[in-house]
Amino acid sequence: MIGYAVIFGFACLALALALNLWRLLKGPSVGDRIAALDTMVINAIAVIVLIGIAKANDTYFEAALLLAMVGFVGTVAYCKFMLRGDIVE
Amino acid sequence: MTDLGILAEIATSVMIVLGAGFALVGSWGLVRLPTLMERLHGPTKATTLGLGGMLVGSVLFFQLDQGKWSAHELLISLFLFITAPIAANMIAKVHLHRLRAREANEAESAAGIPPAPPGDADWATFEAPRDGTPVTTSEG
Repeated sequence: MIGYAVIFGFACLALALALNLWRLLKGPSVGDRIAALDTMVINAIAVIVLIGIAKANDTYFEAALLLAMVGFVGTVAYCKFMLRGDIVE
Repeated sequence: MTDLGILAEIATSVMIVLGAGFALVGSWGLVRLPTLMERLHGPTKATTLGLGGMLVGSVLFFQLDQGKWSAHELLISLFLFITAPIAANMIAKVHLHRLRAREANEAESAAGIPPAPPGDADWATFEAPRDGTPVTTSEG
């Protein structure tokens, strides 16, 4: 049963990533693109967690944790650049 | 297979399916809603909740099905629940800043621009600093 749930989860996340990509390409403003990238990172973390469940291997969670941290720093860096024209003042 | 095994499988599967569904709903909201201020609701709430559900499912899977205890997932959950509101706040600040600078080429949200804060304060994104505050720290 977990196998079917994992397949359903992969399908949902693939569709979600495609929707995020559509918003990333369409815009129309910079804020939309930053929000789309942020959501893509969160969905990528979910994909990594699902791969860890599918392979029954808990090493994948370190990658997920690292991606959570780097994704947050990236979003804040984009926003700071838009707000101040500089990242580290 | 014991009853506990079946219950564990059901619980894990339900958490995974719920989490994936919420993640999909969040991304659908990001595409479907009309303006940026509304669009931010989808990723910040639904997608974060979806990932939280999937991480709980992962904890259940490794605890009940594999027999090893791991708490990394709760760490990811905690970190994400702390950072998601901050990221959304930063994106909203970018939107307000660009509306003020007349660079945004999109309609205002249904609720319009948020009202000015009380007193002589202003939103933190806007240019004019208050008394004694340097414009940037790099010049000082």
